[in-house]
Amino acid sequence: MSILAKTLGRTFFQAAAVRALHVSAAVSGAETYSANRTTCTLVPGDGVGPELVYSLQEVFKAANVPVDFEAFFLSEINPVLSAKLEDVVASIRKNKVCIKGILATPDYSNEGELQTLNMKLRTELDLYANVVHVRSLPGVKTRHDNIDTVIIREQTEGEYSALEHESVPGIVECLKIVTAKKSMRIAKFAFDYATKNNRKKVTAVHKANIMKLGDGLFLKSCEKVSKLYPRIELDKMIVDNTTMQMVSNPNQFDVMVTPNLYGAIVDNLASGLVGGAGVVAGASYSADAVVFEPGARHIFAQAVGKNVANPTAMLMCGTKMLRHINLPTYSEVIQNAINQVLKDGKIRTKDLGGQSTTQDFTRAIIANLH
Amino acid sequence: MAIRLTQKLLQAQVPFLTRGYPLLVTKEKTEDVAHTKSALQKKVTDTDIPSAQYGGRHGVTMLPGGGIGPELMGYVREIFRYCGAPIDFEVIDIDPSTEGNDDLDYAITSIKRNGVALKGNIETKSQSLSEVSRNVAIRNELDLYVNVVHCKSYPGIPARHKDVDVVLIRQNTDGEYAMLEHESVRGVVESMKVVTVDNAERVARYAFEYARQNNRKRVTTIHKANIMKLSDGLFLEVANRVHKDYPELEHNNMIIDNTCMQAVSNPHQFDVMNMTNLYGTIVSNVICGLIGGAGLISGRNYGDHYAVFEPGTRNTGTAIAGKNIANPVAMINASIDMLNHLGHKEHAQVIYDATYQTIVNDAIRTPDLGGTHSSTDVVENILKILSAKRVNW
Repeated sequence: MSILAKTLGRTFFQAAAVRALHVSAAVSGAETYSANRTTCTLVPGDGVGPELVYSLQEVFKAANVPVDFEAFFLSEINPVLSAKLEDVVASIRKNKVCIKGILATPDYSNEGELQTLNMKLRTELDLYANVVHVRSLPGVKTRHDNIDTVIIREQTEGEYSALEHESVPGIVECLKIVTAKKSMRIAKFAFDYATKNNRKKVTAVHKANIMKLGDGLFLKSCEKVSKLYPRIELDKMIVDNTTMQMVSNPNQFDVMVTPNLYGAIVDNLASGLVGGAGVVAGASYSADAVVFEPGARHIFAQAVGKNVANPTAMLMCGTKMLRHINLPTYSEVIQNAINQVLKDGKIRTKDLGGQSTTQDFTRAIIANLH
Repeated sequence: MAIRLTQKLLQAQVPFLTRGYPLLVTKEKTEDVAHTKSALQKKVTDTDIPSAQYGGRHGVTMLPGGGIGPELMGYVREIFRYCGAPIDFEVIDIDPSTEGNDDLDYAITSIKRNGVALKGNIETKSQSLSEVSRNVAIRNELDLYVNVVHCKSYPGIPARHKDVDVVLIRQNTDGEYAMLEHESVRGVVESMKVVTVDNAERVARYAFEYARQNNRKRVTTIHKANIMKLSDGLFLEVANRVHKDYPELEHNNMIIDNTCMQAVSNPHQFDVMNMTNLYGTIVSNVICGLIGGAGLISGRNYGDHYAVFEPGTRNTGTAIAGKNIANPVAMINASIDMLNHLGHKEHAQVIYDATYQTIVNDAIRTPDLGGTHSSTDVVENILKILSAKRVNW
């Protein structure tokens, strides 16, 4: 009974938040409509997602950013309120940019379906490359300084292929799929990213000593692609060693390219090194579209409605998005404000050891926009 | 060697007349004629390199080249930034004074990765025999077999002829540019011109296909088959054969010297022209000269996998480099071609309109078009027009 009440409460809260989003989007669109505005799809997600997105919208409004949002509430744990996946996909196809919170994934599916909503969205749009830029932030005290690593993760195949079956009672097989085509594609993405951003080294993370064929193919594809990039070094590292190296000496990494599951692990590990899930932004690329989402995927359900979540990651998704759509000046203004607030250290959310609320933090950012 | 070659060719003449050309170039003979390092060797092109398109943005290789290249590229980047074109350039400078080919190799690899390049003209200063012309090397290595130059007059620009609208399609990799030269006996140098069925057919098919898709009426094949009966004869015969697949189009042929005369006296008679390598470069320079010079027209090079865009006439313009008088229009047009190729039609159209308005309506022109303005004046005016109608990224 109490669980039901909790779920209902959350449902109402989220519904209200989404309604607020719809309204604010419509209003800001009507006020300052001109041909030069960009439309961006917005999926607030579960947990604290709607609160973070609200913070982002406030900051965008204060900075006068010429971007309009098209909001969709998409959720797997809340199928009654959720928008249709087709609509969201169509909107992202049209706008080519999207800002997305995190979608919660239940451990057990009621309908026996193996593919989660997140995975469906990714396959539907072919968002194959997830890029998480892990960077030490000014004023955030962590074990290591000057971390600046980009983790590029294949996220449409591998362990996430959703192919599992029980061949004999008591024996479950889970298929991990590795294809040359997708491995080449992600490797080329990583090397092109390194070229574009003047980086020197790409580290391929694998476990080819155990999975000689599957991870072996991934590794071989990386080697093949690296031949096209004579000015960038290719380094190979086994995933268990990678995690150890990452916590003891993270500065040795430049760009990392990983298969699906290892990427998820390394993403979270690296995010933890620079301050946690609240401060790391990421993006998922297909050939045509980009979905910007926080780098470490946690919905932070226990904080819903408590006004304590850190909106930095979501705001940084926003600045990344602005850079992508050729509005670098706005991006810089917001990024500088974030850096300034973090550096001052007076206003901090709980995850960074402060006592301030999400709202205080947002207001501080707005006060620093100049 | 020379005698053997003549004999072979004489032997080949009988089947040429009776059986048709495909039997003329047998594998054995190609190997005999072509030396070890030949431009004819089919380039192994990796087809499975994934394209460099990420999140709607394209990676494009930029080779500024020598002379006025770097300044023109600067203008193009400024314009792209202004109208939000979703292109990320990978700029590769090739130092003309260095002897080695490291930079060149790197540039070619980069084009293979990105698939598309925007290119100025690259200087080859070195006279050493081992070093080939860098421009030719890029075309051969990437197997860019066709060069397309669309010569269309701009109204109001001082030129010998008005309303010219000719499409020049040129074989880009073999012919006289096969780079097979040797001194057989002291004082006697032979330079080989190579025509292959494969390449002649690819370019002819491209010409007819282009004509069909763009509603053009006639294809003219340019040759000198009265003198070079076998080589140019083959080129012509292939064109005639390909024409059979395009019955709705008209096809005629013209000898190169006559073509030059006709081009300067009455260029309107031409529609689409299908040419071998050397004739193509001559005719495109003639026609570009007729309608306003090297500074206006852009050229496109296509292969099966790669596309390279550059100004239509390949001059470095070293003499006017750094003087702020170079005409930026040709390079801007090349960048418009590139945007069209990548599917960014909207951006291409906006930049085209702004450029057209600048040089035609506003009459802001550089000295080569009879104007008095500097390059930056032209670019600034384009930017001014663009700022009024910026397209989103």
